[in-house]
Amino acid sequence: MSNNPQLNKGGELQHLLTTEGLPAPILLNILDTAESFVGVPERDIKKVPLLRGKSIFNLFFEPSTRTRTTFEIAAKRLSADVVNLNIASSSQSKGETLLDTVNNLSAMHADMFIVRHSQSGAAHLIARHVKPEIHVINAGDGRHAHPTQALLDMFTIRRYKRDFHNLCVAIVGDILHSRVARSQIHALTTLGVPEVRVISPKTLLPTKVDRLGVRVFHDMAKGLKDVDVLLMLRLQNERMLGARLPSAEEYFKYYGLTQEKLARAKHDAIVMHPGPMNRGIEIDSAVADGKQSVISQQVTFGIAVRMAAMTILAGN
Amino acid sequence: MKILIKNGRVIDPKSGMDAVSDVYIVAGKIVAIGAQPDRFQANHIIDAKGLVVCPGLVDISVRLREPGLEYKATLESEMRAAVAGGVTSLACPPDTDPPLDEPGLVEMLKHRAKSLNQAHVYPIGALTQGLQGDRLTEMAELFDAGCVAFGQSDKQLLDSRVLMRAMQYASTFNFSVWLRPEDAGISNSGVAHDGEVATRLGLPAIPVCAETVAISNIVLIARETGARVHLSKVSSAEGVAMVRAAKQQGLPVTCDVAVNYIHLSEMDVSFFDSNCHLVPPLRGISDRDALRVGLKDGTIDVVCSDHSPVDEDAKLLPFGESEAGAIGLELLLSLILKWATEMKIPLVVALAKITSESAKILGVEAGHLSLGVAADLCIFDPDQYWKVEAASLKSQGKNTPFLGMELQGKVKYTLANGILVYED
Amino acid sequence: MYLPDAEKLLSDLTEKIRPDVTKDTVLVGIFTGGVWIAKRLHQTLGLALPLGALDVSFYRDDFSKIGLHHQVKPSNIPFEVEGRHIILIDDVLYTGRTIRAAINELFDYGRPASIRLAALVDRGGRELPVVANYVGTTIDLLKDKMLALEQNENGKLSLSLYEKIPLGS
Repeated sequence: MSNNPQLNKGGELQHLLTTEGLPAPILLNILDTAESFVGVPERDIKKVPLLRGKSIFNLFFEPSTRTRTTFEIAAKRLSADVVNLNIASSSQSKGETLLDTVNNLSAMHADMFIVRHSQSGAAHLIARHVKPEIHVINAGDGRHAHPTQALLDMFTIRRYKRDFHNLCVAIVGDILHSRVARSQIHALTTLGVPEVRVISPKTLLPTKVDRLGVRVFHDMAKGLKDVDVLLMLRLQNERMLGARLPSAEEYFKYYGLTQEKLARAKHDAIVMHPGPMNRGIEIDSAVADGKQSVISQQVTFGIAVRMAAMTILAGN
Repeated sequence: MKILIKNGRVIDPKSGMDAVSDVYIVAGKIVAIGAQPDRFQANHIIDAKGLVVCPGLVDISVRLREPGLEYKATLESEMRAAVAGGVTSLACPPDTDPPLDEPGLVEMLKHRAKSLNQAHVYPIGALTQGLQGDRLTEMAELFDAGCVAFGQSDKQLLDSRVLMRAMQYASTFNFSVWLRPEDAGISNSGVAHDGEVATRLGLPAIPVCAETVAISNIVLIARETGARVHLSKVSSAEGVAMVRAAKQQGLPVTCDVAVNYIHLSEMDVSFFDSNCHLVPPLRGISDRDALRVGLKDGTIDVVCSDHSPVDEDAKLLPFGESEAGAIGLELLLSLILKWATEMKIPLVVALAKITSESAKILGVEAGHLSLGVAADLCIFDPDQYWKVEAASLKSQGKNTPFLGMELQGKVKYTLANGILVYED
Repeated sequence: MYLPDAEKLLSDLTEKIRPDVTKDTVLVGIFTGGVWIAKRLHQTLGLALPLGALDVSFYRDDFSKIGLHHQVKPSNIPFEVEGRHIILIDDVLYTGRTIRAAINELFDYGRPASIRLAALVDRGGRELPVVANYVGTTIDLLKDKMLALEQNENGKLSLSLYEKIPLGS
């Protein structure tokens, strides 16, 4: 347990696999570095030459155009060469194992892998087996972690709320299946947020989630009281089939974010969502497009945060 | 062939013997312990000074992977592993390919095993055809072919009516039915204990009630049908408590625990260690502690290795996609000794859990040192440390959570039918 | 070793730049010392256009060797670079690599009409063909020395000399 697979011998970030177990200075360094990248797209030349000549492979074992694109843009703004591989459709079906694929790509002198996989722990597995000069960023593994999403959320929170030490943050929705929620919880507690809440029906909460340092609520009215930041989660339609929820309508009625429910939070509370949104299921359009929503800013900051993470890893 | 095993600490759990003595073997059978028989002239002398001489171990759950799964292991490799672990009798579950559901397959396996002349193999027959859970196997025929009990291995019976009929039918012949209690609907696609580690790692989880609901069903049907039931690989504190209650009611229920579960917990999964991907899942620390106590107080009758060799590729996958299972033949003794030391249990009592008691569950003549029985012996150094390393393990599978660790207690000699089949 | 007074050097440098300053002149300081100097020059020279600041970390040529410098600050160029006459300001001019990085970064904002370079101290040791248009003074220093500009809480500037800490220690 003791040796964190994300850190090298010098205690520097070698891989970015999860926000869990990373010391606050490392998280803050990523956020601080990202600040410097926010302005880059406003220049005539929308890129910096930092990762010139580096090869970054987007290994997407699970399709996701959105996330892949944000990593691709981030890499290109750093002047890296980007190769996109949608492996779901190619080698895996030919019986090649995950590590075969990774070994093949390593032989092509990859410098960094951005990994998305449907299984929890896939990025850890790859990180354990790559050559020491290769860095791995987890772009989402099963229900486990999605550290860059959580970091861009932290970046957004800091932009609007400045300090983490006096905030009350609520994560609302399907915590059980959410890698985003897990990464948010670890990042928030590490950065010193005194109260992190999760609001969800019991069928969408993992066992002993309170051990992660959160307060559990099942009632939106109570859970949203005096909240500074609302982190909404996407609800997958499959949840109805798995007998976890009766209907999208009932979910929206009790857990969907409407203006009326938002009014329970602080008047200057901000609303965030990792996208893509299901309007009318977890969030009402009036809230998603309303003045407290910072959802589109999250997308912009997401590029800067991913640039920062790639830069820091490539430099370690 | 006359063999003398000199000056060993002879432990026979069945009789309670624990004394430094000599064991005399003639023509594959134990002829004397202690005083030298008349006209005994040893052809071979084993100096067992400082070593423990005990019955060859009886392991009631060992996957030999034959027939059909030879890419994971072969009978040859696993029989070598067995004797290297001091195991001279073993029962193998029916989850081969095809499953052990026809007398021909069982006879073939028995024959192959016998020709290797190492450990004795006792197949557990399939309870339902193809382990599919709908049609019964020809249990009586399978028994005649050599099966000692009937079970489903890790394939769950989804239909309680089939479970009831199977138990009724088996009880007609007083066959023992072996079931690993797990409600498949509740466990669904879970891969880890429903606890804080699965929550942290985002692994699909199996709650304890998957086990307790199944135990409850099985026990109630056992009471109804009068069938003898053996529960395999109980994993939870609540499960142990239910077995204890069933035994107190006088029901013919026995149970085992696999040796990894009395040492490991969900915490050992750490950062997705696929060698800790087991079925049932490694549970919480309090569950592990309850298993240790349950074994001590006799609620849990025996310990098995649940030896399951898995090829390397099948473990080099994300945790949830990796194949479950761990090897254990060569670790069983050391891990029992570790439990005994930690729980302050006398060796003679601890060894019963992997010798005389296991033989009793199987209903076979093994696991004790009475005069005239086959000389199946395990001779080990209780103090010697050894390192669990892939290169030195005889099993074709190298998948164990203990890889790289040091364990105490090393098998030095194994005799099966009076033949020295392993020497360290 | 005797080190000149930084405040004196700054006023000398100011006077050297003053004749070339027009109402269109823009100053761009390089973090951290260059920005301190640029701020003082901007004030003393009474320039109308806002001040720029560059953190050249993303343009350095030693990234692949030593990684990112800690505490990167955002570059801030609050004016159009296109067609502008720019005076780039650094504290200590040494190898010339920082200046190369700064010029590259400026060009990513646009195409300036001209760039001139001002430095408080030129310590020699150039590794690139870079010459400053304005310098406060010139000091010859050995490679194992590091000359640093410091600023106290009252904003007073001073120079200090340090032994260079070898890489990797």
